[in-house]
Amino acid sequence: MAAVPQQSLRSAPLDVERVRSDFPILARRVHGKPLVYLDSAASSQRPLAVLRAVEHYERELHANVHRGVHTLSQEATAAYEGARERVRRFLNARSTREIIFTRGTTESINLVAQSYARPRFGPGDEILITALEHHANIVPWQLVREQTGAKLVVAPIDRRGELRVDELDRLLGDRTRLVAVAHVSNALGTILPVERIIAAAHARGVPVLLDGAQAVPHAPVDVRALGCDFFAFSAHKMYGPTGIGVLYAREELLASMPPWQGGGDMILSVSFDRTTYNELPWKFEAGTPNMSGAVGLAAAIDYIDSLGLDAIAAHEQALLVLATDELARIPGIELIGTAAHKASVLSFVMDGIHAHDLGTILDAEGVAVRTGHHCAMPVMDFFGVPATARASFACYNTAGDVQRLVAALHKAREVFR
Amino acid sequence: MELRDLYRDVILDHNRKPRNFGRVEPADAYAEGHNPLCGDRLTVSLRLAGDRVEDVRFEGKGCAISTASASLMTEAVKGKDRAAVQDLFTRMHGLLTRQDATAGPELGKLAALSGVREFPARVKCASLCWHTLNAALDRSGTSVSTE
Repeated sequence: MAAVPQQSLRSAPLDVERVRSDFPILARRVHGKPLVYLDSAASSQRPLAVLRAVEHYERELHANVHRGVHTLSQEATAAYEGARERVRRFLNARSTREIIFTRGTTESINLVAQSYARPRFGPGDEILITALEHHANIVPWQLVREQTGAKLVVAPIDRRGELRVDELDRLLGDRTRLVAVAHVSNALGTILPVERIIAAAHARGVPVLLDGAQAVPHAPVDVRALGCDFFAFSAHKMYGPTGIGVLYAREELLASMPPWQGGGDMILSVSFDRTTYNELPWKFEAGTPNMSGAVGLAAAIDYIDSLGLDAIAAHEQALLVLATDELARIPGIELIGTAAHKASVLSFVMDGIHAHDLGTILDAEGVAVRTGHHCAMPVMDFFGVPATARASFACYNTAGDVQRLVAALHKAREVFR
Repeated sequence: MELRDLYRDVILDHNRKPRNFGRVEPADAYAEGHNPLCGDRLTVSLRLAGDRVEDVRFEGKGCAISTASASLMTEAVKGKDRAAVQDLFTRMHGLLTRQDATAGPELGKLAALSGVREFPARVKCASLCWHTLNAALDRSGTSVSTE
């Protein structure tokens, strides 16, 4: 991911009114006011193209996959495996054998924790993460710590919410067995220097997992160019359905990992004495998978491509700059997370008004923001706040949305006069 | 749904100037409350004279609803015996959760919290202090959660 996405020469600028018409939910009114949805970092809305692809699958194609010789089963299988190929192209992975469908980023990371880390890590081995991780990239490693005696080592951040790369370099040691870091921080918006981190880890022969949940909706990701060993993301933060996500992993790593869950679809043959596991990627997909979700994810990728990720990124960056300037002018607002390179996430606190009161008042004004700890309690502790309000921008947000946010914040000040 | 129903003057006043803020030292009972949804924590400490709450204080950082509710609670329960506190707890629970509950005169200033039930996401903010007080009266030194 480029540090600050540049205005693209390849994609036309977004026609945001046309984009908005693709998202039926944006026509909703909330408490009598037109909805301003600024919570896409928690879950983005879905365009008609995704809703229709899921409906088409359900109405026309559905049967169980990889099982029947009948027509529907073959069509469902083709749709599901077609979605896998679409994901492979999206990430520029070498092979569909490297694309595992999961329930989402959380399950992807847990799969790596249980199938990669747990069998091979022991007492004294170190897993290196950062201080800005989402709980989904903390707790799975704490489980591994309990199971194996491995240590969790945390690279610090500074007051702007930037990773202390020098500290990360220093903490990469002889016992480091895995580096697991966010590509983009969900609570702060910080874009991490992942190329630099991967280079440092690989120089020591240490594999790297990227939590890409907040990265994929905002900038192109090429796993081969990055050279990461594992990459995890969710569909629902990139205009796709919930309950479906992806683990990308280099094939030789996956080949060396035991299955995580056992059941149907992940086997070639089963007897009571002996079971032969299926080939990649199905070895890691026990049970009937989320076919309509995979189809929806593929449609979301197509939708993103139709707009151009670079055009989306440029649009969001313009909104981020505008909102940052506007909020800076409101007395008593403090931005939490002011890294030089940020995705379109704006976390803030308002003097004398708790984030939850802000959330309620903004909601009454029709403005949806996330308030709370953003599943990143250590980040809140670091900044000494119990919670923040977080506005996040997607392809369908407008400068008008930013103005509505600003007006709602003034309203909050009025209520708490 | 009107914001002024939630953020009434009494609530804003108690948020700005919480009454009985701090710790009773030494305390006969003490409990810590936690709302995992928002990460808010508050403590309630109290001194008993026989069956009666002689002094009660709260401490913590929370939203306006949770701070005002705790502040109002301390004023309401000070001087009351366990049975009367229990009665208030039951009435408050009804006020915060039941659409048909009416605020009788026995609730006094606590009635200012009746708007909270129109904001379901905020009911736990107002009830955390009461659960914590209950825990303090039941058993000292334990942590309670709204979950």
